[in-house]
Amino acid sequence: MIHLSLPAALAALLAGIGVYGVLARRNAVLVLIGVELILNAANLLLVTAGSRPGAPLSAGPVLTLFVITVAAAEITVALAIILVMFRRTGGIDLTAVPDLTDEPDEPDEPGEPGEPGEAGALDEPADDRDRRDDDRDDDRDAEARREPAPAGEGAA
Amino acid sequence: MTTRDLVFTAVGVVTALSALLSVTTKQVVHAALWLLVSLGSLAGAYLVLGQELVGLVQLLVYVGAIVVLVLFALMLTRAPIGPHAEIDTPWWQRLAGALLGAATTALLASLLLPLFSGVTADLDAPTTTTPQVAQAVFGTWVWPFELLSVLLLVALIGAFAVSRLVLHRDAGDGAERRSTVTSGAQAGGRG
Repeated sequence: MIHLSLPAALAALLAGIGVYGVLARRNAVLVLIGVELILNAANLLLVTAGSRPGAPLSAGPVLTLFVITVAAAEITVALAIILVMFRRTGGIDLTAVPDLTDEPDEPDEPGEPGEPGEAGALDEPADDRDRRDDDRDDDRDAEARREPAPAGEGAA
Repeated sequence: MTTRDLVFTAVGVVTALSALLSVTTKQVVHAALWLLVSLGSLAGAYLVLGQELVGLVQLLVYVGAIVVLVLFALMLTRAPIGPHAEIDTPWWQRLAGALLGAATTALLASLLLPLFSGVTADLDAPTTTTPQVAQAVFGTWVWPFELLSVLLLVALIGAFAVSRLVLHRDAGDGAERRSTVTSGAQAGGRG
């Protein structure tokens, strides 16, 4: 025999701790830890309600299993998004507003496939100079963006 | 106070304390490890409540998979080792968070405790045993159960697509002309 007010109190406590965790953390992964605690409070409450005498359809434990599954799916996608964010911005600080938008569309470079540099050099000198500028910009962009990549390399 | 009450109180104190530590510690990796302790002892709480299946699934999924995923994410995002104040919001925001958390606890407790006061579960003759749970999953709840497998598939593909699409564009707009072969090989390797 067990008094069900104890697990109910624990569920309330866990939910409060989870809310604090979500609000007090800046690191995105640690915010997720708070979310997990809230989900676990919900689970504990489901199990508690399911062990009341006369609970129908085994709803408590079954719904708990469902919530655990949904939580697994949720955290997979959330961590994937966090990893992408880290790769794009170099950090997962949620208070530093990250620039997740695309860069303004670069104009379509002429002669996309193959080796445009050598082929177009003789034909259009002016255009080629432009393109070399573009090249340098691109390189800088690519390096800046590539910098955090090694950490994310093993992600996928 | 019965024996089960005492055991549940002990397990519950461990759960609550480790949960509290996991949201307050200044060391990033310790937070994940305290979460591990909290979820594991919560599995113990399910056992005390007489739901062995839920407790074991909790151990398998939460402790075995989710915490490991969180640890991997921390490692991949270069979590700093050692105490680090940068992972917390400023003190006034933490104070507001603590107030809101306490308010949540107070609200839920004031709602739930009267609801469950005096209610006891006789675990020697439990209302739901594991065979009953199994029959319910594959009887009453079979369609939600099937939907869940679709959801897992969607999450799998979604996580894959999220991490891959951006990689593609990353390799596409900057480095495409210089090293088409290399970026192709990288994309293949990541796939």
